[in-house]
Amino acid sequence: MMDIPTLAAFRFGYGLPAGAATADAVLAGLFAPDDMAARHQTIGLGDALPLMARAHEARKMLRQDATQRAAYRTAIREVTAAAEAGVRAQFARCLDAPIGFRERLTAFWADHFTTKARSAAERPLPGTLVHDALRPHVTGRFADMLIAATLHPAMLVFLDQSASVGPLSPVGKRRNRGVNENLAREVMELHSLGVTADYGQADVRQMALLLTGLDSNLRDGFVFHPDRAEPGAEVVLGTSYGGDGLDPIKAALTDLARHPATAAHIAGKLAVHFVSDAPDPDLVRAMTATYLETDGDLLAVYGSMLNHPSAWVPELMKARQPVEFVLAALRSLGMTGDDLQRMGSGPFSRMILKPMGRMGQDWQQPVGPDGWAEEAEAWITPQGLSARITWAMEVPGRLVRPMPDPVAFARRALGSAADERVLWAVARAESTREGVGLVLAAPAFNRR
Amino acid sequence: MDRRQFLRGMTVAGCSAAAHPLLTSVTLATGRGLGENRLVVVILRGAMDGLDVVQPVGDRDFAGLRPDLPASAMMLSGPFALHPALGGLQGLWQAGQLGFVQATSTPYRDKRSHFDGQSLLEAGTGMDVALGAQRDGWLNRMLQTVPGLSAETAYAVGREALPLLAGRGPSRAWTPDVSLVLSSQAQGLLDHIYHEDDLFREAGMEALELSSELSGRAPRAAREVSGGKGLGEDRAWPDIDGLVDFAAGRLVGDTRIAAFSLAGWDTHRNQNGAIARPLSRLQRVILRMQAQMGADVWGRTTLIAMTEFGRTVRQNGTGGTDHGTGGAMVLAGGALRGGSVYGDWPGLSEAALYDRRDLMPTSDVRAWAAWSMRGLFGLERAVLERAVFPGLDMGADPKLIL
Repeated sequence: MMDIPTLAAFRFGYGLPAGAATADAVLAGLFAPDDMAARHQTIGLGDALPLMARAHEARKMLRQDATQRAAYRTAIREVTAAAEAGVRAQFARCLDAPIGFRERLTAFWADHFTTKARSAAERPLPGTLVHDALRPHVTGRFADMLIAATLHPAMLVFLDQSASVGPLSPVGKRRNRGVNENLAREVMELHSLGVTADYGQADVRQMALLLTGLDSNLRDGFVFHPDRAEPGAEVVLGTSYGGDGLDPIKAALTDLARHPATAAHIAGKLAVHFVSDAPDPDLVRAMTATYLETDGDLLAVYGSMLNHPSAWVPELMKARQPVEFVLAALRSLGMTGDDLQRMGSGPFSRMILKPMGRMGQDWQQPVGPDGWAEEAEAWITPQGLSARITWAMEVPGRLVRPMPDPVAFARRALGSAADERVLWAVARAESTREGVGLVLAAPAFNRR
Repeated sequence: MDRRQFLRGMTVAGCSAAAHPLLTSVTLATGRGLGENRLVVVILRGAMDGLDVVQPVGDRDFAGLRPDLPASAMMLSGPFALHPALGGLQGLWQAGQLGFVQATSTPYRDKRSHFDGQSLLEAGTGMDVALGAQRDGWLNRMLQTVPGLSAETAYAVGREALPLLAGRGPSRAWTPDVSLVLSSQAQGLLDHIYHEDDLFREAGMEALELSSELSGRAPRAAREVSGGKGLGEDRAWPDIDGLVDFAAGRLVGDTRIAAFSLAGWDTHRNQNGAIARPLSRLQRVILRMQAQMGADVWGRTTLIAMTEFGRTVRQNGTGGTDHGTGGAMVLAGGALRGGSVYGDWPGLSEAALYDRRDLMPTSDVRAWAAWSMRGLFGLERAVLERAVFPGLDMGADPKLIL
């Protein structure tokens, strides 16, 4: 029977070892200062912009003059290195955090507000959105996170908002340009209300007109162009938003964040991500109620989840996603954040990033803006599992010397989830390598 | 690892053979239940702009709706012209091996969500069934209606999940670049560990089985080749070639159904440039499939490419198009009665549009898929309208298949 510390580490953290994890300890980590952000630093847009601007400039030079190829390569290498440093820092936090609930939450929100880089020069962008707009609000109000994410250049670029112009604005009339609905639709469908909510095409259109004027550039980052903003008030879900500048946009996003449909959507997504692909409706109801009572105080919503008995059902129903799988494996193998930071770029790619892709999860490259799948069936496919088994058998031996005793490793990595079948099989493995591989390939390690 | 070794591994670990899902399919004769024809289904994710692919250049309202999207001069039939990025398919059109359906859609309406739209497209249900409530895909339900098929009959190809083929019916999935080499001892032990978890047991068995059959033969997925080829020229896309070569190889053998998906159609801005890449990749799928299959098997094949919905008839403010309703299907193959743009053309006047913004659908995507399967595999209309696409009215026979 699985005990609370094992459950807490699997369901709400990056696995074992995780000390004496309890519901209180999981939550207490969120009240404490964000040590991990200080220990393994990521960069925001302000630091990424000069690198991106240089890469952009170098590409322009290259187009005019073919001898500039070396300069272009250097600029791209720098921007790529910055993006990779951000990935490593995020992974390193997951290895060093005592339990890792804040890291899991950060990953959850990064997925909720998915963005992707569209070119090599943009590679750091998705990480800067997490740094600037998500992590600071992980324990704050959802409205603040929604506003920060919607106005962030990574989002404006990814969902085409930067090119959207109010047709009746000065720029729209002069250049005969108009709106693009992409961001408005996803803000309502994916980021706030959810697709089942009662909104229509007219609301999407009005929201798109309301969002006109938001833009970004490589010098200033976020910019607002009043001369691209559609004049007059827009009506979204029956409320009229008038006035100039960002205020009406922020007001509309705040109202979306407060909407009961948003409360239910966010509560449901959290419960699905952390607890079960088919969560107890009472758990979702309790979280939704807390969300509405506290005006979207996320810390209170997490507390409501952790204090609900359904969050502690001792049966692991979900599958660890590939990134979680690899990080939990490294953690159990005793690798530290500093070890990960010291890995060469080639080995990091070959042993960490590329295998995650073969398991079905290319880091920061989900297919669409709805992010990664939740269902266990989406991950434990023949090809996905095949890639996990291959990694489990081949990679640990190259990362850890000496390899641990397989039975001891089973207890360390699985805690009270180590079942008889696993222990029986691991003890009969032909080699340490295969024994450790069997532990990591076991359902008990791949579920959470 | 050969199959015998694999079974021995299982016996060592003491797993009951009767409970083993794979054995059931292995003991069956290789399924001939579908006959000799082949069906390839391509899901175009992101909403392909049917009006740009099969351009109604002869419709008097068309040019005014899309002033910045260049009109093609490659005429097909009626008012329609082919997007130049598919120019490499003109030979197939002339040979009657390429066709289209215009102004078609699933029953999905109004919310215009990619994800719900694709979910409905692959579930093959109507709006009377709650989204996500249908756990299996229509292609899988088709397999369920034919007795005696083996898992080899149908393949989902590529890394992405294909709900289209999910379900109880036997099928397999294949992804490039996954190699699994295990000692027989480790296989047996793994089998023991997976025994009590259904999900892991089934996925694990198939993973081991596949890796043994295909080891050394899987083409490596490579990066795309960048080259200065012109619009519409046949251009190699190594990742596509890897998938198509595998699928064609299987289809030449005992496989009768292959499905995969192509993403990249969500052209909200600069569509003129953005749509060239997915079109080039779609063209490559068709040309490569034809080349790899050989004339005989290609002559028995129909490929249908479908998308979750079409896009707005008017270009948007950023040189692209937003999510719409009616769209197009692409059909190809030697078994197809091609050289036609199927479907009733509703026109583009303001009054003819859906919701005053989208192309009005005049047919159901599912009906075209159903008639293809009726023509290829001889399935009963009642089976198609009840079991495969519950509640569908297939309408009159368009005689799609030769």
